[in-house]
Amino acid sequence: MDKSCVRTVDVSKITEAVRQLAMNTTSNVPKGAIHGLEQAYLKEESPVGKEVIRQILENHRIAREESVPACQDTGVAMLFIEVGQDVRFVGGDLYEAINEGVRQGYIEGYLRKSIVTDPLFERVNTGDNTPAVIYVDIVPGANVKVMFAAKGGGAENMSGLIMLPPAAGVEGVKQFVIDQVRKAGPNPCPPIVVGVGIGGTFDRVALLAKRAVLRDVGTTNPHPKYARLEEELLEEINKLGIGPQGFGGRTTGLAVNIEFAPCHIASLPVACNLNCHAGPHDSIVL
Amino acid sequence: MAIIKISTPLTEEVTASLKAGDNVRISGILYTARDAAHKRLVSLISEGKQLPMDIQGQIVYYVGPAPAKPGQAIGSAGPTTSYRMDSYAPILMEHGLKGMIGKGSRSKSVRDAMVKYKAVYFAAIGGAGALLARCVKASEIVAYEELGPEAIRRLTVEDFPAVVVNDTYGNDLYEQGVREYRIETCNSG
Repeated sequence: MDKSCVRTVDVSKITEAVRQLAMNTTSNVPKGAIHGLEQAYLKEESPVGKEVIRQILENHRIAREESVPACQDTGVAMLFIEVGQDVRFVGGDLYEAINEGVRQGYIEGYLRKSIVTDPLFERVNTGDNTPAVIYVDIVPGANVKVMFAAKGGGAENMSGLIMLPPAAGVEGVKQFVIDQVRKAGPNPCPPIVVGVGIGGTFDRVALLAKRAVLRDVGTTNPHPKYARLEEELLEEINKLGIGPQGFGGRTTGLAVNIEFAPCHIASLPVACNLNCHAGPHDSIVL
Repeated sequence: MAIIKISTPLTEEVTASLKAGDNVRISGILYTARDAAHKRLVSLISEGKQLPMDIQGQIVYYVGPAPAKPGQAIGSAGPTTSYRMDSYAPILMEHGLKGMIGKGSRSKSVRDAMVKYKAVYFAAIGGAGALLARCVKASEIVAYEELGPEAIRRLTVEDFPAVVVNDTYGNDLYEQGVREYRIETCNSG
């Protein structure tokens, strides 16, 4: 390989990017979600539901203006790193650099530390919100894109996965997603964003659902059939009557986002990952 | 929308006057406790030991607040999902607890215990932590500081906004709300 094509990136730049993202993201609810909530406020028929949306919008304004987290649950720090294949990292371990950014951002940003060491036995808080959940993808080019999401536990707990037979088809997918949202009811802080993964394998479909739930509210899948399915599912979900915070109303979902991938001839994996009305995420390109 | 002002500790007269769907503003003391603290409290009760605070007539708020920035009484402090405390809640009510604040549905055994012990479950708006923190005037750690956000705190609140979800008569706002707004289709049945 021609050495002149290689771009050197010091991992301290990654630490700094992650620190900045952690400190700023949880107080700045994405514009797409704010717009979705404003539209929902106009359309909501339930007086209680309307008042809930008004208070949520006020909360998100306070968070932005005072640089405080919109929600106390500042989540699992999730990092999606896209590394250009012409990049070479220097100055240390990439994963340690990412965790150092999480550590600094959560401590300096007065964010809640919500990670325990061992899931089953000790459950001792690590005190700095590390380790982060990190996904690294290699892409063409010489840029590094750092995407950060603070994924809260309440909505995450209401997620699910099913390995459907291919014969279940579109109706099977719809039934699973709608059931998942109905069962979740008031728990994931509606109005929610519903991330749906379809295809891939058992493990991949969960990641597809995660990528979907972190896609901005107001964006649609570029594939027309999947875009139509997103619309139909949102319509069905908003007939459930759960409404803002589950107090009853027309706005249960702000968006349904679908991501899909090819899969085995025997399979139709479906995963449903939920997010609350805030769903903080942001990215930096280095 | 009528707003009912209540203050802690709650008497049975007050809890009996509240109905599912009522909008309340709570002033007084709230004790914070979530998963890990509940586990410890219930262990103390089963061992016959004294709790770190008197829960007679009190309200427990299911919250793990964010750290306070300089000048704040507390960081963002919205409710966490309540069902995780369902296995612990009835025994606390049996020992005098009169209110719980959280978000999301409760199990049948918790709802039955609320009727039996004249206790009420309130919901605060999930994800409105910045707004709710403004109602918290003071915060001090009562127990289990090592649990970090899960420590038990005594919060002094003024006009903390909440909605009655489960009253002492067995009503449930979540069920009522869905019944009122659900549109029947083949997919939602």
